[in-house]
Amino acid sequence: MKYLKFIFSLLLALGVYYGLNTKFGSVPPLGKFLDPAHGIWQNDKSESGENGELELVGLEKPVTIHYDEHLIPHVFAENNNDLYFTQGYLTARHRLWQMEFQTHAAAGRISELIGVAAINFDRGQRRKGMVFGAENALRKMQEDPETLQFIEAYRDGANQYISQLDPSDYPIEYKLLDYSPEPWTTKKTALLLMYMTDMLAGGDSDLEYTNFLKKYGKERFDLLYPDFFDTIDPVIPKERDWSDWEVVAHDIPQGELPLDSIPETIEKPDPDNGSNNWAVSPEKSYSGNTILANDPHLGLKLPSIWYAMQLATPEKNTFGVSLPGALGIIIGFNNDIAWGVTNATRDVKDWYKIEFENNDRNAYRYDGQLRKTTKRIEEIKVRDGKTVFDTVVYTHHGPVSYDASFKGNNQKIGYAMRWTGHIGGNNQRTFLELDKAKNYDEYVAALKHHVAPAQNFIFTSATGDIALWIQGMFPNKWEGQGKFLMDGSNPDHDWNGFIPQEHNAHIKNPERGFVSSANQHPVDESYPYYVFNDGYETYRNRVINDFFRSKEKFDIQDFKDLHNNNYNLKAAELLPHMIENMNVSALSAEESEIFEALKHWDFYNDIEKLGPSIWEAWWNKLVPLTWDELKVEDLALDNPFQYQTVYLLKNNPDNTFMDVVDTPEKETAKDLFLISFKQAVEDLQTWKAKNGDYNWGNYKATFVGHLLQALPAFSRFNLPIGGNGGIVNATKKDHGPSWRMIVEMSSPPKALGVYPGGQSGNPGSKYYDDFVDIWAAGKYLELDFMQDKDQVQNVLFTQQLNPKP
Amino acid sequence: MRKNILNFIITLILAAVFSEFLPWWGVMVAGFLSGLFIPLKRIAMFIVPFLAIALFWASYAYSLSSTNDFILAKKIAVLFPLEGNANLLLLITGIVGGISAGIAGVFGNQCAKLFRK
Repeated sequence: MKYLKFIFSLLLALGVYYGLNTKFGSVPPLGKFLDPAHGIWQNDKSESGENGELELVGLEKPVTIHYDEHLIPHVFAENNNDLYFTQGYLTARHRLWQMEFQTHAAAGRISELIGVAAINFDRGQRRKGMVFGAENALRKMQEDPETLQFIEAYRDGANQYISQLDPSDYPIEYKLLDYSPEPWTTKKTALLLMYMTDMLAGGDSDLEYTNFLKKYGKERFDLLYPDFFDTIDPVIPKERDWSDWEVVAHDIPQGELPLDSIPETIEKPDPDNGSNNWAVSPEKSYSGNTILANDPHLGLKLPSIWYAMQLATPEKNTFGVSLPGALGIIIGFNNDIAWGVTNATRDVKDWYKIEFENNDRNAYRYDGQLRKTTKRIEEIKVRDGKTVFDTVVYTHHGPVSYDASFKGNNQKIGYAMRWTGHIGGNNQRTFLELDKAKNYDEYVAALKHHVAPAQNFIFTSATGDIALWIQGMFPNKWEGQGKFLMDGSNPDHDWNGFIPQEHNAHIKNPERGFVSSANQHPVDESYPYYVFNDGYETYRNRVINDFFRSKEKFDIQDFKDLHNNNYNLKAAELLPHMIENMNVSALSAEESEIFEALKHWDFYNDIEKLGPSIWEAWWNKLVPLTWDELKVEDLALDNPFQYQTVYLLKNNPDNTFMDVVDTPEKETAKDLFLISFKQAVEDLQTWKAKNGDYNWGNYKATFVGHLLQALPAFSRFNLPIGGNGGIVNATKKDHGPSWRMIVEMSSPPKALGVYPGGQSGNPGSKYYDDFVDIWAAGKYLELDFMQDKDQVQNVLFTQQLNPKP
Repeated sequence: MRKNILNFIITLILAAVFSEFLPWWGVMVAGFLSGLFIPLKRIAMFIVPFLAIALFWASYAYSLSSTNDFILAKKIAVLFPLEGNANLLLLITGIVGGISAGIAGVFGNQCAKLFRK
């Protein structure tokens, strides 16, 4: 009997141990997880009291860090090595899990953490050549001794933090998913930069356009997807004269484009990944100091993609936001200059059809001969599953992303990607140099290292200059090159050189007294190089530029108002036409009531209004109804740009595309307005029955989601903020201004900034999301640009880092 | 009764000491050892270490979380889902720790019986 009891109790004890030490599905190992000595309870704390002295191996001199009331660290180091070491250390201290997770995502390593569900995502990342690009970038960074030294210092700082962690100190996400952090590497810095490159320069529609061209022909293509719209207000003002440049242009080559039908393409980054920036000259400024603003629009995530900090040595003093994993300040200011970025949205990714010699894919046709391929075997480790091996073939163009094993079906045909993201550049150096730049010339010199993602770098100096350079490496294309799938065997289809860096479009101190960009056309037709419309924004930029043309002087309040401007230009341009062409007699009483409410709307997407909800519901029904022809199975097609959709609805109401394929009648734009309105009303009524009043704030229900599939427990929902895509306040449901900054170049500069998150990456900290409400209310933090390391005002606590002997 | 109290106190002390250098299953070791050396009768061999560790974990968790306004506890109570009720999370924490130690305590008692022939 006692043996039986012994065995039974042993098994029971082992069972309890196993049951509470193991992760089941999404349920964490409960014993480990809830243990107050090591589990999540250890994370239930805020950073307020972390003052004191720490000893770190690798520091040369002591470093002082003042934290202000927002937990923004103000770092005072004696030299650059210690500065970047400390940046690595602090970033890991506050954002370790995010740093690692984002670089795992870039490298296609999410299956290691969450299992089979992520295999397709990981394969996509590998097939895009994300690691290939990061390796090329790392090589470039290593060629520059100074950059190498600093990225190693950053790595050492991060690893100092990681190596002294006890499992009880791990950020909560590690405990939730039950894994451990690995050491930081310089390659991870390159991967983080690739993560941004993919986010901002990873989009293209070449294969979708090829499908359209094959199905509908060139005339219709040009009508739906024009290179220039009838109205543009480009980044570089139209007045800019380019005639003194000597330009090498390429002729359109002979030979056909391959007209293939491609059923499915890789998932693209959000097309609204974009931004606003603007700056006014001393003449247009209320104070005579130039003023600059920037707000990058990205997915709204917690922890935020940005981490604010001040980085100072005796030689320089820089404040702004950093990207966890990258060095220096990415958007910010020092005592002499301020800068910001918006996405240049240029077409820097093209596709080539590859014909392999045979099924072994060891060679492909090129210039009448056979050329050898190389193969890269991608090893994707899978949690609780078998490792997946994926062979990606590389040509001189780049990786063959699509082939028989990935979204294709022909072993001998593949599509290879040519992308500036693969070239590799020392982008890191651009930011290290900007951080210390003192004037226009140093800003221009800093930009030269930047390859991709191409950005509109806006600039101002305390001496009164304003400028904007569109910087990146841009292939010098023949007209039409890279719009469609190209022939990978024809050397004339290859990229043939790049636009010389000094010919990248730029402007300094324009007569109009301001510079701005909002992802619109970079230039007009007069620019001597071919620029293809790859989804340029057409609304925000016109509102911004009209605002700066509207009066003589601008002050800080004007800048704030513009950040928070909810004017919906697209609605203002289309809605009156829709209302005029509405068949009102076909509306029910209920529909008429909603229609009347919409008629009185003033085109502002403010939270308390019903108008924006009705309009957006209507538009969201109208677009798929208009382009129903393009929603077909087994063929990837993209909708035309919004501006062109509006243009066609107004100017080509009888175009055959207006017809709804599923109905026997032949519809026109006017019919579409009525049908879509009725559908929208039905949706709104259903929504109302379920959720209550559909004012814009409720209806849009903006949220900031945790990086891990927006885990509700760690996310913030129903934020009362207006705007939408295409509006200067570009806040969509889960996407929008990820950082808002305004800097006046007084002495010292006065700056405001805010992002929808908080400095701490720990969901248990009161600093995790403390900026979210400030941001949603359209307010800012006053950034305390400390000029002196002995400052005592506005210091929450101070850390002293000492070299460990 | 005295043995019950003794077992309770020893379990608590051992658990507190082990938590310094053993992972979460230190509480199982604590329950096991006190069961081995201070055997108890019937249901007490489970209940006493259960109560000791339930108290230990819940009060330890409370002391950490209360100084931070239960910010994380409330969020974990959304994750689980316990409708954001941090007290329920404390209760569950206590129960999980308690069961671990209680079962280990039963096992310790059975070992003791085995060795005492």
